[in-house]
Amino acid sequence: MSGEIYLARSKSIAARMLGDEMMVMSSRDSTLFSLNPVASIIWNAADGLTSLNEIVTTRICPAFDVEVNDALRDAETFARELAEHGILLLSEAPIERSGHSPQERK
Amino acid sequence: MARPIETNIEIGAMPILVRTESAEFLQILQKRYAGFINPHAAPVFGFDVDIVESTENSNGTDLSVRRVAGRWVIERGDLRAEWDAGANRGRIRQTANPYSIDAAFRIVHTLLLATSGGLLVHAASSIRNGKAYLFAGVSGAGKTTISRLAPPDVTLLTDEISYVRKTGEGYVAFGTPFAGELAEPGENVSAPLAAVYLLQQGPENRIEPVADAEAVRSLLLSVLFFALDEEMVRLVFQAACDLVARVPVQRLTFAPDRRVWDLIG
Repeated sequence: MSGEIYLARSKSIAARMLGDEMMVMSSRDSTLFSLNPVASIIWNAADGLTSLNEIVTTRICPAFDVEVNDALRDAETFARELAEHGILLLSEAPIERSGHSPQERK
Repeated sequence: MARPIETNIEIGAMPILVRTESAEFLQILQKRYAGFINPHAAPVFGFDVDIVESTENSNGTDLSVRRVAGRWVIERGDLRAEWDAGANRGRIRQTANPYSIDAAFRIVHTLLLATSGGLLVHAASSIRNGKAYLFAGVSGAGKTTISRLAPPDVTLLTDEISYVRKTGEGYVAFGTPFAGELAEPGENVSAPLAAVYLLQQGPENRIEPVADAEAVRSLLLSVLFFALDEEMVRLVFQAACDLVARVPVQRLTFAPDRRVWDLIG
């Protein structure tokens, strides 16, 4: 992985926790996503200020007993998939709540 | 110039006044929506319908429903409708056939329902013992079949498009004139919604529980919604989640025989 990644939830979504699944719908194209428990943790922690590295090391690894490097690789793949659908924003710098970072990337 | 004539078409307890200068078209409407005409209800909305010889909308048979400067614009090859939600008035331009206005009504009702937590669902629905049951499924799942198998004490609301309104903490299902293969409109009555069944045909009759997430996924596949509008998409998603939280959703597998109704109501 190259450098830190910060994640923020898009404003163009609707989301609801149902049982142990987080359901997320893109309001742009009505695509529906169902997130498993690991993905739900990343989703809930995507506040724009917490790096993906921190989310993985402090929230995922302790809860699921996985290697940091493996978890980080899977988490980045997942984050990029959601970013491609426009429901998660990625940036190399913290993302302001009021708008997108100028360094936002997909 | 002909004097406008009008009729009040009430679906889902939402009367829509239709005004036209064409007596022929008015007769078509009164035949098509017999059982749903209510001249005494106060309309929540009014449409002026311009009948033309032919329509030449640029988007062919593709449907477009979008919001433009506060107005909803509906376009399909055979119709163009504009609707000012704030003024509760709209105008439809179409040829003198019932199918175009039927499509316009379905779209308008999806928009009306979305703002109040309701849904238009690709589902059959019926009333038994004072409670309504929805049978949701894609084409071929058995909506018309289960409607045909219903015993005499069951009132058919529709075999194709179900109308669900949110009322306080619960939901009410209404009859609709939108028919499927049965080619019969539903009864214009309503009842509290007791259960939603996700329909599939199989070797035996059985009901199985469905997890909430799967229920929402399946229900959304059957929800009618046409608008390219972020706010409306969010409202429909929330409405589906709220309904699943309040109404039991189960999977109903049925063999095509009447005994399936022993499991219902």
